[in-house]
Amino acid sequence: MTTAILEKRRAQVATVKDGKASIACAKPSLSGSVSQRACVFCGSRVVLYPIVDAVHLVHGPAGCAAYTWDIRGTVSSGPELHRLSFTTDLRERDVIFGGAEKLERALRVLIARYTPKAAFVYATCIVGVIGDDVDGVCRKIAVETGIPVLPVRSEGFRGSKKDGYAAACDALAGLIGTLEPAEPVPPYSINILGDFNLAGELWILEEHYRRMGVNILTRITGDGRVDDIRRAHHAKLNVVQCSGSMTTLANHMKETYGVPFKQVSYFGIEDMSAALYDVAAFFGDPVLHEKAAALVRDEVTRLLPLIESYRARLTGRKAVIYVGGAFKTISLIKALRLLGIETVVAGSQTGRPEDYDTIAGLCNPGTIIVDDSNPVELSTFARERGADLFIGGVKERPIAFKMGMAFCDHNHERKLPLAGFEGMKNFAEEVYASLMTPVWGFVRNPRKGGAA
Amino acid sequence: MSDAVTVNPCKVCAPLGACVAFRGVEGCVPLIHGSQGCATYIRRYTISHFREPMDIASSSFAESATVFGGSSLFSTGLDNLIRQYKPAAIGVCTSCLSETIGDDVALFLREYVASRKDVALPALIRASTPSYKGTHMDGFHAAVRAILSCIVKAKGATVANQVNLLPGFVSPADLRYFKELLADFGLDGILVPDYSETLDGPSWDEYHRLPEGGTSVERIASSANSAATLQLGRSLRAGGGAWLEQTFGTPCRRLGLPIGLRESDAFCDALSEISGHPLPEIHARERGRLLDSYVDGHKYLFGKRAVVYGEEDLVVGIASLLNEIGINPVLCASGGMDEAFKEQVLAVTGDAQRLFPGEMEVLSDTDYDTIFARAEALKPDLIIGSSKGYKMARKLGVPLVRVGFPIHDRIGGQRQLHVGYRGTQNLFDLICNALMQAKQDTSPIGFMYV
Ligand code: SF4
Ligand code: SF4
Repeated sequence: MTTAILEKRRAQVATVKDGKASIACAKPSLSGSVSQRACVFCGSRVVLYPIVDAVHLVHGPAGCAAYTWDIRGTVSSGPELHRLSFTTDLRERDVIFGGAEKLERALRVLIARYTPKAAFVYATCIVGVIGDDVDGVCRKIAVETGIPVLPVRSEGFRGSKKDGYAAACDALAGLIGTLEPAEPVPPYSINILGDFNLAGELWILEEHYRRMGVNILTRITGDGRVDDIRRAHHAKLNVVQCSGSMTTLANHMKETYGVPFKQVSYFGIEDMSAALYDVAAFFGDPVLHEKAAALVRDEVTRLLPLIESYRARLTGRKAVIYVGGAFKTISLIKALRLLGIETVVAGSQTGRPEDYDTIAGLCNPGTIIVDDSNPVELSTFARERGADLFIGGVKERPIAFKMGMAFCDHNHERKLPLAGFEGMKNFAEEVYASLMTPVWGFVRNPRKGGAA
Repeated sequence: MSDAVTVNPCKVCAPLGACVAFRGVEGCVPLIHGSQGCATYIRRYTISHFREPMDIASSSFAESATVFGGSSLFSTGLDNLIRQYKPAAIGVCTSCLSETIGDDVALFLREYVASRKDVALPALIRASTPSYKGTHMDGFHAAVRAILSCIVKAKGATVANQVNLLPGFVSPADLRYFKELLADFGLDGILVPDYSETLDGPSWDEYHRLPEGGTSVERIASSANSAATLQLGRSLRAGGGAWLEQTFGTPCRRLGLPIGLRESDAFCDALSEISGHPLPEIHARERGRLLDSYVDGHKYLFGKRAVVYGEEDLVVGIASLLNEIGINPVLCASGGMDEAFKEQVLAVTGDAQRLFPGEMEVLSDTDYDTIFARAEALKPDLIIGSSKGYKMARKLGVPLVRVGFPIHDRIGGQRQLHVGYRGTQNLFDLICNALMQAKQDTSPIGFMYV
């Protein structure tokens, strides 16, 4: 492990002892390290992208926009403006003379052509240094066109993906409270915050809540609509998924509109059930609770035999989890445990100290916990701990495959719903398939299991 | 769609091309001097095509670096990279940000080398790659030139059978084919770059920090001694080959990407001349079979209308092939910014212009929104290009033959062969079969023989 961890990163790696591990986090990435992290812009784009009836204009050179063209599995039940990639495609002369005028023209052209309900303007790195007055342009075009035009301060160098979440929340905060509902809002109305409707996941959750008798007022932002967001302050409760991305907005809505919030996760049976019970408990209506209990009973009864049969075949396998947000790491540890799989390396790109405490509490002694890792570390840890499964995103996939490990994509690009009860079933199936494929039998390393 | 806004860009950014090229030097890690995000996006994007590990470091700019410059970050970055990877070379390229704030990377490198006199440093390569001036292709070529100019220091005696091949942005399978062909001509080829193994490697027993393969720094250092440099791609004005010629007098021949019979012939003729050997038998037979298939397939192809898009040199190569087999390239488009692209396409499509007068459109510096719109109007039978054309093909109900980069909705993009007689044969079969399948699928009768 000597050269695997750079000296300055040592504090960001720890081993669990007595349910505890002390770890440093929330630090900027080290120069020269191949961090798996993304930038502020990426964070903002992740949060706002699923708003399907808005124009998302990336102000900067074309690259940042090109890389984010239709890359996510987030789906819409209506308009699909989010699947297009718009950029001011700044050139040398814009860098020298400024890009504000081009931005203005771009907004006019786009708003005329697509008649969106709003426009978001993402400022990328060089906009931050050439000094375009993005706010000014947005104000001007908003007045001119009569739709909200919102600047997103997402210059990559301003921090990490998390700061991008905050910038996106600021933009959303500018929308909320600007429209009143046409009809009275039903009493048990909630907003769902922090689900992005990957592979239609939000629709599954929505259906669960509806069966309980709970109404979804606004989806923020999966399958999101500008006008719904503008009315979101009328919900009774914000149900917030993902420790990082939407907390800023939830706090803002609590302070400004008195809408309380609950944090939940939808991955795995335990967390999904808790998400339903928590909402029932909040409204304090025993009927809701009964309906939630019946739903959970139904779903779990259907699911358990399947899980049991997988567990019988998967017990003893070891996994590495390395994903963006730590809340997901936490849910995944529990979900894997249900399948008999032990997590031996657990990490995230942007976890907070409290998240890592929770993770340490869930893991067996000897588990490696890591913040903002890189390929060299991850591959070393995986080998040291004899892992045979990796849960991560596209950038981690080749690491896993080259090392002969099974892999499950738990990132924004997946096309299979992994949330909710149905998601747990999909997750189990995918993990099983990747672990059991006979191809591992041909890859020589004796550590690799497989069908043999 | 207008001069103020690009919708669905038909290009990616310059450091991406540079990083791919750097992976073709043995033991080389790319470092992007700029903020973290660019490196991460570029890694994600290239992994989706190559399905291989793609480690790219970043100097991880923070707010203070944008104000005070990235000099100290830069040297810490190099230190960390050397410690973790023990690379033979580091390929430094720049993001738009470090270019805009005016970081003098050449100076940083000189200072770095001066301050670490007592340690053995890897070869340090530096390319300037601002994306507001160029696309991934410009970045690729800038990196190739930089690899040569930073490594090649002197010229020794000329080695008669040694040639440099600057192949351009082709697939790992293409690179493997080139190596085989050169060897069959008895030539010792120095490929810059050669990512045939690093970006399409076998399964590993142990994790490698740096994948095996690539042209070694030592080999590159000897490239001034080659009998000639072959530089492929008509779009390139002053590439690495020109630099070698100007600096050391190593003669440079500029040829098109060898796609189609004529361009492949021109390439093989050049190899013949340099080596003094005729086309080796096995390749002569491949050529013969290719010709034979041109005849077998011509009835399925004549007058069919194709839309072709992508990197300039690839589009010119494909257009040249289509021109030979009677397909009408109604639209040839690229996101590349050079207007000379039009002449390059026209130069290889004489037959098509004669047979289908006034029908061909050529677009440079364009976006997919424009390409889709033109395609809808032009009603092609076939689309040829990267995965980015999928939605257009789906909407128009015509086949998409996937070539070039990126291919992220099929497996094996890195193994797609485009060049030489063998690559042309592959493309010819794909094109022919796509049209035959379309004919079969749309027929109400469902003939078994087509
Ligand atoms: S800033 Fe430039 S280098 Fe970075 S992703 Fe955007 S276009 Fe590419
Ligand atoms: S770091 Fe800056 S330039 Fe790079 S992708 Fe992010 S916003 Fe774009």
